[in-house]
Amino acid sequence: MTDNQSEIRYLTPPSVEIRKKKYCRFRKNRIKYIDYKDPEFLKKFVNEQGKILPRRVTGTSLKYQRKVATAIKRARYISILPYVTDLLK
Amino acid sequence: MLNRYETVFIATPVLSESQMKEAVEKFKGILTDNGARIMHEENWGLRKLAYPIQKKSTGFYYLVEFESEGGLIAKLETEYRRDERIIRFLTVRLDKYGVEYTERKRTKKAEEAEKAKEEKS
Repeated sequence: MTDNQSEIRYLTPPSVEIRKKKYCRFRKNRIKYIDYKDPEFLKKFVNEQGKILPRRVTGTSLKYQRKVATAIKRARYISILPYVTDLLK
Repeated sequence: MLNRYETVFIATPVLSESQMKEAVEKFKGILTDNGARIMHEENWGLRKLAYPIQKKSTGFYYLVEFESEGGLIAKLETEYRRDERIIRFLTVRLDKYGVEYTERKRTKKAEEAEKAKEEKS
């Protein structure tokens, strides 16, 4: 039986993607407050069109995703970040 | 209950330096006359806006951090609305983490300034 298992050979080694585990950067770095006045930092959480990236992309935890979203919306209101654009980055 | 607030306003770019100063003084006056304690202020100067507001693409930004009763905010904001020099304003209450954040930022800046002074002398 054990021989049988080892007899399975692949011509090309099976590609198993080892994806890096996502983590919440706020929990990891103990950031408690997200400043809406810092556009360079907030740009990490928006795409090229200025849309807020979902949690499944950035890996942010729910608690901080909400804070990121309000910070981005405040920044948009005082015209630090655009509501819509092309090629933000 | 006293709360910590932070208010940012954008004034029109057509103002001269002295007119801008006057506007700032006016709003600071409104705050102090109503019993607010100004903790910190920052002049960001003329900045480019991310999108045009009232057909203007730049504006003078000014930030004031203060401590006051909540009732003052309504007064301050009606004054903002009445003043046609102000094209946009935002007032937010700082939670305990926000207070911590701004204070840390301020002490850091003060330390840096001191260091720079020492290096000069």
